[in-house]
Amino acid sequence: MTNPFLPEEMRLVRRYDLTSDVRFFQVRPVDMDRALSLRYKPGQFMMISLAGAGEAPFSISSTPSRPGMLEFCIRKVGRVTTELFKRKENSLIGVRGPYGNGFPLEKMIGKDNLIVVGGLGAAPLRSLLLYILDNRDKFGKFYFLHGAKTPEEMLFRKEFFEIKERDDLNCHLTVDVDEKGQWPFHVGLVTDLFSKVEELDPENTYATVCGPPAMYKFVIAEFLKLGIPKHQVLMTLERRMHCGIGKCGHCAIGPIYTCLDGPVFSYWDVLHMKDLI
Amino acid sequence: MKALKLKRDDLYTYLESLKSYGELWGPVAKGEKYVYARLTNVRDVALGALRTIIPPKKFFVPPRFTMFRYTDDHYAESFDDVKPRVLFGLHPCDIHGLLILDELFLERFPDPYYKRRRDATAIVGLSCIPDDKCMARSTNTHAVEGGFDLAFNELGNNYLVWIGSSLGDDLVRLNLDLFSEDIEPEDLKTYLAWRRKRDSRYKLSFDLTGMPDIMELSWDSPMWNELAEKCLACGSCSMVCPTCNCYNVRDVSDLTLNSGVRERHWDSCMNKEYALVAGGHNFREARAERLKLWYTHKLKAFITEYGKPSCVGCGRCIDTCPVDINVAEVIRGLTGQKVTL
Repeated sequence: MTNPFLPEEMRLVRRYDLTSDVRFFQVRPVDMDRALSLRYKPGQFMMISLAGAGEAPFSISSTPSRPGMLEFCIRKVGRVTTELFKRKENSLIGVRGPYGNGFPLEKMIGKDNLIVVGGLGAAPLRSLLLYILDNRDKFGKFYFLHGAKTPEEMLFRKEFFEIKERDDLNCHLTVDVDEKGQWPFHVGLVTDLFSKVEELDPENTYATVCGPPAMYKFVIAEFLKLGIPKHQVLMTLERRMHCGIGKCGHCAIGPIYTCLDGPVFSYWDVLHMKDLI
Repeated sequence: MKALKLKRDDLYTYLESLKSYGELWGPVAKGEKYVYARLTNVRDVALGALRTIIPPKKFFVPPRFTMFRYTDDHYAESFDDVKPRVLFGLHPCDIHGLLILDELFLERFPDPYYKRRRDATAIVGLSCIPDDKCMARSTNTHAVEGGFDLAFNELGNNYLVWIGSSLGDDLVRLNLDLFSEDIEPEDLKTYLAWRRKRDSRYKLSFDLTGMPDIMELSWDSPMWNELAEKCLACGSCSMVCPTCNCYNVRDVSDLTLNSGVRERHWDSCMNKEYALVAGGHNFREARAERLKLWYTHKLKAFITEYGKPSCVGCGRCIDTCPVDINVAEVIRGLTGQKVTL
């Protein structure tokens, strides 16, 4: 019988800093056939193991539409991440997954989409963003609103600046403060960017948000103001996890496990299941 | 299901025969309490033991065990060598507890550590007469129809022995001469009288239908904070609960720092760090939130998911909690009955 807890050896192919404490990691199964056959959905996560430091869950930042490689966007904040930041390119790390429900792509296809990112929320939502762009003809109108604290703290700056230049989506970027006066776009909260959202068919729109906890309340209020149905307002949540497969108990919320039934939830889930956010 | 009869006087002889299948374990006295221990001498078995301190979950999910051995970043599976064994003396509530663990560990993403231990173990049940802490009748776990290989039921000067599996049939054949197939009409009368006696002894009786709704409506009840004021967050309730299954995983390196073991050990949602994530955010910082999660799991979540509570009414939390917070008190509180807190 297969051991679902056994980490798979993967090679750390590439890494570089996105900000002073957030680093980008490209990882791929050692076996190339395995690398190319690895399937996952935007919104799913993997468990990363580093011997001696332990194991922790991380959102996948890459898109399955670009197979062969897994990408992560990780802040150095705990035991596992501190160890991960010490790892050099070409070293081996333990990875298992993918886990979780991921985004309901089958329902989102053909619909208008609105993605709102704050700070590290880019880690899971970059996967959905790139997936939609790679399958652009399968989706309706597309808005991407992104907020960072400062220009220095913005993740994927070059990539998102390039995406902003595309004419097949409406991409708006903002920073909360711009002390050095270097930011070329809007300065203010991400909710300011809703004034640029027009021509969405709310009944036909999926709105997705991920960011710091304080942001949810205000962004969700904006989604509802646009008339987007509660069950089409999506978010991805964080919890402590030791297994990823509904055994260790730590991510339990009422009758569900975040690792199995989440981490993607709708605003309706939030309303009828207490404790979610 | 097939049933046989065994003379009470032949029990020890049969227990001795069970040893030819594997290690024999059963309840033995330890001070004023009972524990599951290896029955080197079958006469050590405490036939009147109602509840052991720790439930039989320890045989399937040990408090601490090694999952992997690592060298650098290569992980190799590590399985304890579990020899065939017979667990004798599990009461119906504990068998139901195991069935609940089976749902968690054997269904979606089967856990090979649990499965190996489960496969190596024969379960032999034993009937019991409840005391004032038992509430298995309320949780409908006072009788068993499955989940055992053999189940012994008191029957006057005999035991009625239910055969619950093919392995159980093999176990009977280890000493077939001791068993009789002649179940008389008189035996049925004795059995029914025994059942009535058992059912009449429950001092605790609760109606658990609609518990998920009641818990939902009690979400903001001041009761949770009142309980939290008393709770020591010691986690004893989780240790003794037959269905508490939460665990932590940690890597323990040896002195070279290049190799070590990945261990799994029991955790409790009563512990403050239970929902703490890297970066310092604690999703369940308040003790009241953690207590509520414990009782949500027992009385609400499992009912929603599987149609039955994950409390099996064994009474261990009633017996163990140093400040008398237990499932009976919480049900009384939730249903507006007098609470003795």
